[in-house]
Amino acid sequence: MQINHNTPVLDTSRVDFNYERARKNAVSFFVHLFLIFVSVGCLFPLWWAFSSSLKTQETVFKDLSFFPKDPQWSNYYYAWTKADFSGYFLNSLLYTVVVVIGVVIIASMAAYAFSRLQFWGKNFLFLLLISTMMIPIPGSFIALYVLLNKLHLVDTRLGYILPQINGGLALGIFLLKTFFDDLPKEIEDSAAIDGCGRLRTYWYIALPLARPALAVLAIFNILAVWNEYLLAMLVLSSKHLMPLQRGLMVFQGAHITQYPLLMAGIVITVLPVLAVYLVLQKHIIKGITAGAVKG
Amino acid sequence: MKPIVRIFFIGLMFFSIAGCAPSAKQDTSAIHVWHWMSDREEAFNELASLYEKETGQKIKLELFAPSEAYSQRVKASAQTGTLPDIYGVLGEKRDFASFIRSGYIANLSTALEEVSDGSTWRGTLFDKALAVNEFEPGNEFGIEPGTYGIPLDVTTIQMVYNKSLYEKAGLDPSKPPRTWEEFIGHASILKEAGIPRLVGGFGEIWMLDALASNLAMNLMGEEKVFDTYRGKIPYTDPDWVRVLTYFKQMADEKVFVEGAVTMVNKTAEQTFANERAAYAFNGSWCVNVYKGMNPSLKYEAMLPPAVTDAHPMRIWGAAGGSFVVNAKSLNRDAAIAFLKWLTSEKQQAYLAEKTENLPSNKRSMGKISPLLASFADDMELATHPNLYPVHEDPSVMETFDKGIQSILIGEKKPEEVAADVQRVKEKVEAKRRAA
Amino acid sequence: MTFQSFRKVTGSYLFIAPAVLLFATFSLYPFLKVFQLSVTDWDGISNSMHYVGLENFKDLWTDNPVFWGSMKNAFYVTFIALTIQNFLALFLALLCDREIKGGNIYRVIFYLPPVLSGIVVGLIWNWIYDGNYGLLNHLLQFIGLGDLQRAWLSDAKTALFSVAVIHMWKGFGWGFVILLAGLQSIPRELYEAAKVDGANTWVVFKNVTVPLMIPVFILVSILTILGTMQIFDIIIATTGGGPGYHTEVPITRIVATMIGSSKFGYACAMGVTFGLILLAISMIQIRVSKMMKQV
Repeated sequence: MQINHNTPVLDTSRVDFNYERARKNAVSFFVHLFLIFVSVGCLFPLWWAFSSSLKTQETVFKDLSFFPKDPQWSNYYYAWTKADFSGYFLNSLLYTVVVVIGVVIIASMAAYAFSRLQFWGKNFLFLLLISTMMIPIPGSFIALYVLLNKLHLVDTRLGYILPQINGGLALGIFLLKTFFDDLPKEIEDSAAIDGCGRLRTYWYIALPLARPALAVLAIFNILAVWNEYLLAMLVLSSKHLMPLQRGLMVFQGAHITQYPLLMAGIVITVLPVLAVYLVLQKHIIKGITAGAVKG
Repeated sequence: MKPIVRIFFIGLMFFSIAGCAPSAKQDTSAIHVWHWMSDREEAFNELASLYEKETGQKIKLELFAPSEAYSQRVKASAQTGTLPDIYGVLGEKRDFASFIRSGYIANLSTALEEVSDGSTWRGTLFDKALAVNEFEPGNEFGIEPGTYGIPLDVTTIQMVYNKSLYEKAGLDPSKPPRTWEEFIGHASILKEAGIPRLVGGFGEIWMLDALASNLAMNLMGEEKVFDTYRGKIPYTDPDWVRVLTYFKQMADEKVFVEGAVTMVNKTAEQTFANERAAYAFNGSWCVNVYKGMNPSLKYEAMLPPAVTDAHPMRIWGAAGGSFVVNAKSLNRDAAIAFLKWLTSEKQQAYLAEKTENLPSNKRSMGKISPLLASFADDMELATHPNLYPVHEDPSVMETFDKGIQSILIGEKKPEEVAADVQRVKEKVEAKRRAA
Repeated sequence: MTFQSFRKVTGSYLFIAPAVLLFATFSLYPFLKVFQLSVTDWDGISNSMHYVGLENFKDLWTDNPVFWGSMKNAFYVTFIALTIQNFLALFLALLCDREIKGGNIYRVIFYLPPVLSGIVVGLIWNWIYDGNYGLLNHLLQFIGLGDLQRAWLSDAKTALFSVAVIHMWKGFGWGFVILLAGLQSIPRELYEAAKVDGANTWVVFKNVTVPLMIPVFILVSILTILGTMQIFDIIIATTGGGPGYHTEVPITRIVATMIGSSKFGYACAMGVTFGLILLAISMIQIRVSKMMKQV
């Protein structure tokens, strides 16, 4: 790994031995050692999935090598075509984008109101909304289905999207309210003096300031929607509306699981999430410096 | 936001809403089929298009997997009256009865008597496979007697043993153990040779249930088992304690592969396929599983070792999956005709060959591999909870199976488990009397 | 009421209107339905059901040791997650908050475990914990602790803790991301100022970081509690609740009652009871957090 390479180790070639500098280097060495250790723990399963995707059904549990001698790259081709990913890919992209934008906008509006505005019933409503997270009812699926049926939303995109937006709201509101509570109010106050309406203050001042939290929320929801399939099975029937996870089901029979193809499928579905995550995590970092400090 | 991005999002939103126009009402021109068998999806699709070519009748197949998701969908759809023409019911007989009682499933008895090709439809199918979908006169659920489902395949659950490992341990690979003593004897020889012994998906507690009920029926006979379910004989009866003691004995002799107590069956199958266990307790589907993982595996099916010869050894065997016809379907007759076609000799042979399952049609049996056939030849010994005249309460079953797990990890004694089970049984009985 | 203040109040409600609307449609109705079903003997299928009053609750509260045992298990895992997992997440977040080489890479890696679906997690951990060929046992053998070898998931002494480890491995990334976003929201000037005053790292952490992070700590701990109490997938993929009842948790009990035993009404009573307990815990948490903020 490259990080290892860059790790500054005690530099003995220098004559002027600097105690402070050596201490710093030593600390940094151990910090990296620890971080790398944890990283290996996180990467290992992913690597395992990847190397399994290059094996055959016969060797997948027999050959425990780090990288198979005879990698079956064709597994990726079969996985892609057999799972019919090309059809599902656009669906999942659409669901993810719409749900995530929906959650981010609706949750941030509500969180902003709960954090900044005064209105009657505020605490009660807040508690009621976040109680969605607390009452886990595996039994509510029938009620949800009956409801969607009444609204003529069974087997429609909207019927799949709306419950998911609702599902992401509680966490979103809770998360964002915590961050709004923490943001300095002065900037918004000065904006208000400048004549900004509350909607404009929210959109142009508060939202950009909350960017790290928004990015976190987006990451959580992207993952949830991208990996979702139980709701899809409940709400959708038509194949052309189904999300990506439906494709993976092809490899998981009641009795037979085609492990290498399944792993190849999983790697294919995980890659876009990784890419998005790479992009978003920069915002977690950039948020405050780009927003608050520069004003 | 940049304008381009904004337009993109607005477009997406529009697209998503536009896709939301209520989907076309159930068109009756096609027969709608819902299933959960992802490993058979391809074969089903193939058959559906063949059927359309032959008869002009359109078939629309919809897969919902895994089976838990499928069950949820069917239960939810039942509540809204949106079940398809053909579907399957997963779960116990009690659930099946509830579907029938609520008018979601058509009685197919008359259709099964129709004669074609010199035989009734019923006559072409295995009785045992049909029987799981049957309700006898005077059944405990109060369902009108009849047959309510059509079996697609047959499954038996028994044991397999690894012939190469047998040879390695110096045992005769053509002589699997027949009695309990032999089994324990062979196990200790295998142990000495350093070969792990029995594996199974015993984390899925129904597999423990199957093995335990095999032993129980062999030891005390079917009727005594049923009488226990009826509440006439307590679980503290010496025979039941003895059944539990067999598990204690297996635990003491370390017959089970380490970790088998909580294993899911798919892991257990990997273990046996990779020759890390001499025996496995598994269903006939394993032929296909082992073939994929280790084509050179030398093994054979065997009955679970008999503990007495007072009563026959009964193994579990029944329909693997069945289809039912929606009683409210507008396409009822067409749906029945399709099922008839699907379970006819040719289609069953195709399915058996494609998916390596035992066919439900007797006439297709000739076309399966000998190994798979060795699972079928014990069919006359087969029974299944769905064939029993009485049914034990699920909470009692669970206490029993979990109790076996406790015995296997050395936490409880057979007597304690028997007492625990009896306590739950009495609670259930008291409740039933009160109701 | 003047027009201005009227506008202000309705404006506030407009901010939360979309969230409340979605909540009322997709959460409230199923909630109420579950409450309604919890006083019936419905089997989940039949088109008829009988009102049984509080019978289900009475049985659950007085005569269902298995359910309360499962609750105890969930509390145990939650306690471990609250301490070990969150401590690890915080520690890693602190390390990554510093200007560190390769920081971006670590940030992405730590959030990788959640991208893998339950099936991969189950496969890989079943293999790690395997009694005969498991990675963990090999490792113990290697470092000379061969005596500790066992089938980790089916040993009554280790099963629950082993499951807890998987849960933490999968879950620490969540806490990490939120905590990191929280740390990044702390204006750098505060650190600079403290450093100018001559404070060392520990003092800065204690006097600057911790007070500002308390709301985020509360957020993370509540999310940890709610997420861990509702643990389910991992159990199903590894132990199925066994051996015996050693790894049963409330959700596995609810599902077993609902699907396995077809006691839908009873399962709803379990869901309601469980939800109320979680609600009570969260309320206490929020109370405590308010008190801490005032200190």
